[in-house]
Amino acid sequence: MTSFNLSFLRQLESESIHIMREVAAEFKNPVMLYSAGKDSSVMVRLARKAFHPGKFPFPLMHIDTGYKFPEMYKFRDDFCRKIGAELIVERNEKLIAEKCHPLKLGVDKCCSHLKTGALLDALRKHGFDAAMGGARREEEKSRAKERVFSLRDAFGQWDPKNQRPELWDIYNTRINEGETMRVFPLSNWTEQDIWEYIKLEKIPVVPIYFALEREVVIRNGILIPVSSGSTDEPEKAKRILCRFRSLGCIPCTGAIASSATTIDEIIGEVRAAKKSERENRVIDLTSDSSMEQKKKEGYF
Amino acid sequence: MQSGEKSLLRFTATGSVDDGKSTLIGRLLYETKSIYEDQYAAIEKTSRKKGLREVELAWLLDGLAAEREQGITIDVAHRYFETPKRKYIITDTPGHVQYTRNMVTGASRADCAVILIDARNGVLTQSKRHGFIISLLQIPHLIVAINKMDLVDYAEDVFSRIVEEYENYSQKLDIHDIVYIPVSALKGDNVAAKSKKMPWYEGSTLLRCLENIHVAADRNLVDFRFPVQYVIRPHSDFRGFAGKIVSGTITPGEEVVILPSGKSTSIKSITTYDGDLQEAFSPQSVVLSLADEIDVSRGDMIVRKKNLPRMENSLEAIICWMDEKAMAVATPYIMKHTTKSVKARIAKIVHKIDVDTLHRKPADAFGLNDIGRVEIKTSSPVFFDSYKINRATGSFILIDPLTNNTVAAGMIRDAVRHIEDYAEIQDEDIDKRKKSPHTISRGLNIELTGREKQNGHKAVVLWLTGLSGAGKSAIAMALEKRLFDRNCKTVLLDGDNLRHGLCSDLGFSPADRKENIRRAGEVAKMFFEHGNIVLCTFISPFRQDRAVVRSLFPEGRFMEVHVQCNIDECRRRDPNGLYKKAQAGLIKDFTGISSPYEAPETPELVMDTESLSLQKCVDMLEEFLISNLCLY
Repeated sequence: MTSFNLSFLRQLESESIHIMREVAAEFKNPVMLYSAGKDSSVMVRLARKAFHPGKFPFPLMHIDTGYKFPEMYKFRDDFCRKIGAELIVERNEKLIAEKCHPLKLGVDKCCSHLKTGALLDALRKHGFDAAMGGARREEEKSRAKERVFSLRDAFGQWDPKNQRPELWDIYNTRINEGETMRVFPLSNWTEQDIWEYIKLEKIPVVPIYFALEREVVIRNGILIPVSSGSTDEPEKAKRILCRFRSLGCIPCTGAIASSATTIDEIIGEVRAAKKSERENRVIDLTSDSSMEQKKKEGYF
Repeated sequence: MQSGEKSLLRFTATGSVDDGKSTLIGRLLYETKSIYEDQYAAIEKTSRKKGLREVELAWLLDGLAAEREQGITIDVAHRYFETPKRKYIITDTPGHVQYTRNMVTGASRADCAVILIDARNGVLTQSKRHGFIISLLQIPHLIVAINKMDLVDYAEDVFSRIVEEYENYSQKLDIHDIVYIPVSALKGDNVAAKSKKMPWYEGSTLLRCLENIHVAADRNLVDFRFPVQYVIRPHSDFRGFAGKIVSGTITPGEEVVILPSGKSTSIKSITTYDGDLQEAFSPQSVVLSLADEIDVSRGDMIVRKKNLPRMENSLEAIICWMDEKAMAVATPYIMKHTTKSVKARIAKIVHKIDVDTLHRKPADAFGLNDIGRVEIKTSSPVFFDSYKINRATGSFILIDPLTNNTVAAGMIRDAVRHIEDYAEIQDEDIDKRKKSPHTISRGLNIELTGREKQNGHKAVVLWLTGLSGAGKSAIAMALEKRLFDRNCKTVLLDGDNLRHGLCSDLGFSPADRKENIRRAGEVAKMFFEHGNIVLCTFISPFRQDRAVVRSLFPEGRFMEVHVQCNIDECRRRDPNGLYKKAQAGLIKDFTGISSPYEAPETPELVMDTESLSLQKCVDMLEEFLISNLCLY
């Protein structure tokens, strides 16, 4: 008997596919932001599913700050080659050349230039009218307030107090000249759903999500790998079994103590987690509303 | 249970300012261990900075800086938690008077709504508005949580008073499943753990209630509707139509019609990345390819040949106006309905609804947060069902083409029923229901009232629905004898008998069942019009099919009787050995075994044949007919 019951993960899958198809059908020049992280990996799998047996009809774009982990670059290039996806890499070359760094500029400012600035420039340069991103509402409290289709003005800014109502799954995709849409197909996924889906679908992910003994320095409770070059006290380093729970730029991404070396172990760890996923992300910790502020400026 | 196998429940929580909604959600998250230490630390830090004695749990939810400043919820937030049984998506919806539009946003996709009422304040206007919006959006389940019971000494009479007041109000609404729970979100009473302070309350806790809501039956699995989203054409050998099955089910080989062209073909394959499917159902996203080369594009709809939506360019809907700029009659808007966008204008405002009194009043325009009934004309026909039977094909949004804002949410009631509109009705080939457009429906030869007077009783239809073996036929047969003895004119329409003759061409698929019931309804109508008491015994498992039959009869003349019996007991009785056969796989689509039974939500009468004797059931029905003035 067909039970006609769709499991939770398959319902989320269908919802995400529906969103991506709406984007492909209603925008002239959409792009999918790709960071090589676990959420991007899931998002790309969903995009392949949405347009199978065709190819997904938009390029991937990586906003590269130059500070990503070497494993991420390698994974990104191998993966895109393997699936035959068109990959655009955009960097704020000028600031990267000037050695823009969070220790020098402060975390917020560095992010604002290398990520937000580069993203807005890239959208303009390519004339993209919609950018899909892998952000999830569960990640952070201002994201919890954002629509699936989030309108940005000509400056890429989000106006949280003036969002369009979003009803049923009928999405208003209309924009004026110069405006862009950010679209979040994974809005309703949680970190645990992402890992469960990676397991179910056997999706490859960057190896640094898994635990390994690494040389780290402990700062404000965050494990900073010595190899990142972002610590001035390498002599205090200890060898600790740890992994990266979420991936960002090396200077601002800490590791967490963990012994999880398989997907199942990661799922077990996430289920029992006492801290939120972005605990190791310095970017969110500067103030209670730092993410909201960044999003208002045009961050993902 | 593997996490991926869990079911999903979307619910919306709403309350007036200070009803403690955020605290309640915070409590649910806390009790299900869904609050992270660092998130807690962040709000703790802010609470300290503001000089508060206690950590403000509500801030976990108020994500925007302005919300924390003002201590109110401005926008819909989404929260996630899970139990071993279910995954939950909460839309945390502001109940503040200015933000009705957000409430509609948050509630539009919900399976269940939780309304908070402050026990000290009782039922406020806001609580009524929330109930009204929930009924408009047809959210099938409502939980009214009466909060802050700790501040009224956990008094039963306070709770009862509020329940009574809300019951009085909600009777005017279209909500069938309401549960009332006394809680204290702050102290945790009856949220996840049963309260020791309220021994007088015998019901479930809020969490338990949410865990047990049966949502599968709320889906429409009967009417196959597939709005085409995107055409996929990787190479010349493959042309597929991508979309989401918004309702119903489909299998390869089934005959379908493409709307609006009306061309027929059949499903060649159901393609997915994970391989072709032998059956697909709502809400799966799939790619359909068709047996014939037919022009199909985004905005078209693929449906079954024998189960068509309405196709009209003039329709009647309830809309909620959501824009600062007032609605104007005759202004052009864009209607987005499924995957189709068409130009639309409001042709007429039928009335505005005063949300506080539920009175209808005339209006020239709708302002922000106004709700009411309108007639809309569209530039080309839309394919819809009424929102009541199909949320996906009965809903739409209106967009202002100048500002691009979403200005209204709409729920379709029906096509506009003006005589002149019938002239516009499309292609008769498409609309099978009007297969004989040149015949004339003659009125009744003898008026029904005349027959009733002569018969000495009213004409009514008693529709007995229930599982096979529940006792429908036995009851109907005994009742008919009793009515005969009272000199009543009766007709007994038995499901099995009809299937041997009039419906012998039909099987047991959902589509065939629908047709079977449709025919039964039409036959019942003829006997009804001739003054009979018509006793119908049909399993009739689908709520929607029964609703269609009900719509054939005047108010008060169609009585749905749910003959209720536990499936295990029916299986034990198994009067015709059918359960055994079904169990052995000999009967496909057997209700209760391999096909669903959707119990009536508001039957006129329920009879539990496990606890009632046949004699008692017949007595009950007879009394019921007398008390409804059907027998004089």
